[in-house]
Amino acid sequence: MSDDTLSGPKAPTARNLFAALQLDTRLLGMIGAFVVLCLAFNFVTGGNFLTPRNIFNLTIQTVSVAIMATGMVFIIVTRHIDLSVGALLATVSAIMAVTQTQFLPQVVGLELGHPLIWVLAIVAGVIAGVIIGAFQGWMVGYLGIPAFIVTLGGLLVWRNVAWFITDGQTIGPLDETFKMLGGIDGTLGETWSWVLGVLAVLVAVLLQFNNRKRAQSHDFPVKPLWAEGVIAVVTVAAILGFVATLNAYEIPLPRLKRMFADAGETLPEGLTMGYGIPYSVLLLIAVAVAMTVVAQRTRLGRYIFATGGNPDAAELSGINTRFLTVKIFAIMGGLCALAGAVASARLGFSTNDIGTLDELRVIAAAVIGGTALAGGVGTIYGAILGALIMQSLQSGMAMVGVDAPLQNIVVGIVLVFAVFVDILYRKRTGD
Amino acid sequence: MATPLVEMKDMCISFGGVHAVDHVSVDLYPGEVVGLLGHNGAGKSTLIKMLSGAYQADSGDILVDGKKVKIESPRDARAHNIETIYQTLALADNLDAASNLFLGRELTTKLGFVDEHAMEAETRKIMGKLNPNFKKFHAPVKALSGGQRQSVAIARAVYFNARILIMDEPTAALGPHETQMVAELIKELKAQGLGIFLIDHDVHQVKALCDRAAVMKNGKVVGIADVNKVSADDLLGMIILGKCPPGVTPGPGAISDDEAAA
Ligand SMILES: Nc1ncnc2c1ncn2[C@@H]1O[C@H](COP(=O)(O)OP(=O)(O)O)[C@@H](O)[C@H]1O
Ligand SMILES: [Mg+2]
Repeated sequence: MSDDTLSGPKAPTARNLFAALQLDTRLLGMIGAFVVLCLAFNFVTGGNFLTPRNIFNLTIQTVSVAIMATGMVFIIVTRHIDLSVGALLATVSAIMAVTQTQFLPQVVGLELGHPLIWVLAIVAGVIAGVIIGAFQGWMVGYLGIPAFIVTLGGLLVWRNVAWFITDGQTIGPLDETFKMLGGIDGTLGETWSWVLGVLAVLVAVLLQFNNRKRAQSHDFPVKPLWAEGVIAVVTVAAILGFVATLNAYEIPLPRLKRMFADAGETLPEGLTMGYGIPYSVLLLIAVAVAMTVVAQRTRLGRYIFATGGNPDAAELSGINTRFLTVKIFAIMGGLCALAGAVASARLGFSTNDIGTLDELRVIAAAVIGGTALAGGVGTIYGAILGALIMQSLQSGMAMVGVDAPLQNIVVGIVLVFAVFVDILYRKRTGD
Repeated sequence: MATPLVEMKDMCISFGGVHAVDHVSVDLYPGEVVGLLGHNGAGKSTLIKMLSGAYQADSGDILVDGKKVKIESPRDARAHNIETIYQTLALADNLDAASNLFLGRELTTKLGFVDEHAMEAETRKIMGKLNPNFKKFHAPVKALSGGQRQSVAIARAVYFNARILIMDEPTAALGPHETQMVAELIKELKAQGLGIFLIDHDVHQVKALCDRAAVMKNGKVVGIADVNKVSADDLLGMIILGKCPPGVTPGPGAISDDEAAA
């Protein structure tokens, strides 16, 4: 395209090139904004923003909010809101912390460091989260109390239930295996990260191919082959680039020495090792895939979007919208537990103020990611990207040396501005 | 004569003291179109919503094929092959045609996942028959014209082998051409042996399309007339005055001759 003399009269214009790719322009816009943001910070910080180390940190800082944001998409799509997620996170973190440091060792008798402890703690947390979420959903769906009120009450209740569970104490240190979920202390290492990256590439290409074949078998129009090729190349590059970046963040030498010493070996001269993909990021990816499948390929997902688009129509189509509400809030509760596991594992402790203000970050991430408060519209990947944008903004400003109060002012303005741009975009495209 | 497809007997429902439907009885035979006429607020939509499962009757019986049935939800109605096109189109605006057509009854793959491709293929097939000009299979239905939206709503009702079809003012939002299209469709479905309740404000259209017309006023039946035995003016008289012409058995909502004279 750079050489005009080569393009004959029939050469595709930029406009129909784009049309052929059939890309989600909204997503492209968000990615564009994100890239500009990163480049700007990178410029201002003299190249310190886009280092493997900072990207690694950004990624692990985003995970907890991003996990909850995927659940918030379903809540907002069905025209509800959940203001209790930060407080709920605190309650389930407290439950998980008490389970692993007190209940399992002292009551059940598993010795500290027992390999089952981390699993059982997480299971306990998820069960508690699902039950609490379902209970809030029941009040919204069956008792007809507005979600705003139920979860505003929940915000006060669960924050302080957490306080009672821990007697206001910080609980920890947490189980060593559990702490691996936090990020820096638990990564796949270079080799396994590459293995996973290649697997992801294979799955992505296979899915794309399969989709095309199925569309063809029904005689639906499909994209031109070159367009599929471009998309495949971009996808593959993105996946492998991500893995390469996380692998490029090298474990510091003293730490590496300690790791080898712990294993009873000495560090060979000149050896370096990268961190690779953190387990917490794997968890986020798993959640993102599962939630996307639910949203796009299951009846539950259909009903969520139909109910958000027109609750009466959903009801008249035989959808049990009340029970649907219970399910959505239960999912949100379960995700709060996973997010709480990541957040407390990252700290190494469960503190009283864990998750404070997370409800606002989570809602902002979903909304910046294109979830419409009017209901019916939203995507999982958008919410995750929204969380990433928020976190980048915050970390970037901290790096540049912007004071915390000003950081919050900027984030607030960006939130409002993002929604305004989205409204303009929707008006223009008519959807 | 054969057993009616549907009989609604002595149906009553009230909302906070307002008797929206008050001891109404109507029936419908296979291959028959019964028009429901009456002013706004006469209770027509409420009556058919008890049949479609949207509302639950306070009292009264519903018989399908002569057997008493319980219709407590839209699902129950669908299980008896009762399909409804609601006055305010019950479409999810944010979803595309196929998603709306199969809403609540999605086609799934062997693994239980929603089969988008199969649903789109089926939607293309049925829309090809109902409205061959329909092309916007991937747009959310809010991007469609009134007629296109109506054809999605109709496709949804007829796709699942409806035996009893309820149409609540199906042409109210349509232009003349699209109205004609719906009229042709009603005739065709009737020929296939469906029973149709048609709520419509246009007495001429009712006379053209229906076999019988039930007129309602203030929640009560004024009378049920054979459309060939009454004039359009007779029907208007029933709607406006509640006055039954000779030959039509007066229902509970009809005014007596003395009242009419007064
Ligand atoms: N859900 C409801 N709640 C309260 N009143 C209702 C409800 N549905 C219908 N009504 C009342 O019932 C009466 C009949 O309404 P409707 O059946 O919609 O009339 P029509 O369809 O003949 O114009 C009206 O007085 C209306 O206000
Ligand atoms: Mg009506």
